[in-house]
Amino acid sequence: MIKNLFEDLGRKFISFLYFLGGIWNLVFQTFYWLFIPPYKKERIFEQAKKAGSDSLPLVSLVSFFIGVILALQTAVLMQRLGSEMYIASIVALSLVRELGPVITALVIAGRVGAAIAAEIGTMQVTEQVDALETLATNPIRYLVVPRLIALSLMLPVLTLYADLIGIFGGYLICVYKLGISSSLYISITFNNLLFKDLFTGLFKTVFFGIIIALVSCYEGFNVEGGAEGVGRATTRAVVNSFILIIIADCLFTAVFYFIFP
Amino acid sequence: MIDIINISKSFNNNKVLDNLSLKIEDGSTCVIIGRSGCGKSVLLKHIVGILRPDSGKVMIKGKDISLLDDKQMDDLRMKIGMVFQGGALFDSLSVADNVGFGLIEHLNLRKEELLERVEKSLSLVGLCGIGNLMPIELSGGMKKRVALARAICINPEIILYDEPTTGVDPITADGINELIRGLHDKLKVTSIVVTHDMRSAYKIADRIAMMYQGKIIVQGGSAEIEHTENPVVHQFINGLAKGPITETTGCSR
Repeated sequence: MIKNLFEDLGRKFISFLYFLGGIWNLVFQTFYWLFIPPYKKERIFEQAKKAGSDSLPLVSLVSFFIGVILALQTAVLMQRLGSEMYIASIVALSLVRELGPVITALVIAGRVGAAIAAEIGTMQVTEQVDALETLATNPIRYLVVPRLIALSLMLPVLTLYADLIGIFGGYLICVYKLGISSSLYISITFNNLLFKDLFTGLFKTVFFGIIIALVSCYEGFNVEGGAEGVGRATTRAVVNSFILIIIADCLFTAVFYFIFP
Repeated sequence: MIDIINISKSFNNNKVLDNLSLKIEDGSTCVIIGRSGCGKSVLLKHIVGILRPDSGKVMIKGKDISLLDDKQMDDLRMKIGMVFQGGALFDSLSVADNVGFGLIEHLNLRKEELLERVEKSLSLVGLCGIGNLMPIELSGGMKKRVALARAICINPEIILYDEPTTGVDPITADGINELIRGLHDKLKVTSIVVTHDMRSAYKIADRIAMMYQGKIIVQGGSAEIEHTENPVVHQFINGLAKGPITETTGCSR
């Protein structure tokens, strides 16, 4: 029993090392091809559209309700303390520094990362990736680089959008439920937001975008078997992206805490 | 000439190619036969450089392809067309973009010239005017033909076919055989066809090589193979359930 447990743990540890090695190899190759022209702009735009504008409805929905929930939850305590006006700055700060970037990244990992893993995984099992190579086209250059550029550019944009929608959700609760005046809510929100809050929130999303692109492409390239393998790769892409995003967020928060106390 | 010299390849301790050697003359059609999963496709992938052998070498036009740098390898691949078993057409691209993929990626052709070459390739495989369709709208036979059009659009000197007649009805299969033979005669290319369809092999081959347990065990003209006394080849070409192939462990993949 204990032996099996250790064997299982050992196997998982070894497969985790394989994962890290594979990701590192993909990072190296992707950044090599990233700086070699020519660039096919239309391929980057296509991926930016899939990751960006096509994700707007879902990001809007999630961030709006996060803003509403945040305002309602904060209101419970603030009403007890008679400090309802601070709800605006709590909602704005929470969203801009933390919730906006992380929730947006998780939504994009679930929506776009899963799609990337499934698409590349299907290409792998149907030999389309091999076909690219036989047509003298490097699959990393053709498939990974445009996705990496698109996701690392679109995630900050989506996060900024999510921040605004979330703040709007909080605004509706504060103004129409708690009776705070509209102008007061807006002025408290923007007076208490500093550039460093916005910067720390948006800066890390570039890395979240890189994580989603690389992990999803890696899992897609490493599909084994048929449809079942594609399903497993899609799940792994989302789960591993979630884990790495949370770890990266923790690291960035710690680093920014010391740089911008 | 394609000269495969003593190549071996293992996957997870499973030896798929075992000191395999084979020579293919320029302009000839060589058919490689063998049971499903015995490593025929792996051999093709070594010829186009997608896989590298654990030992041995693949020489194309006198050059060891494992010694080529990325640029030289790309130049070589632009001279090799490959037709995959399932077509391997890019789902997200139209038929025209699939067929012209190599040209779009690597040559700065004018749009008219590109369309002309795409249409010419499609007409060679008997599929004019379907450039705007998406791969999902094609039948199995059409997919194989479009894959063939994609392979010939780059004007290759060598065409590799991976099970070109598998999964299509006998009439379509015969059409594909005639197409392969016709393209070979028209374009004077070197063709390597991997198949286990003996009817197809006899129809298109200049030479047939039988792969078994990671090696080429017999090679010769169609008549030689058809009348061979080798019991392994005899069992395979006659499709017998009992014989030396099924008595031993046989192909490992």
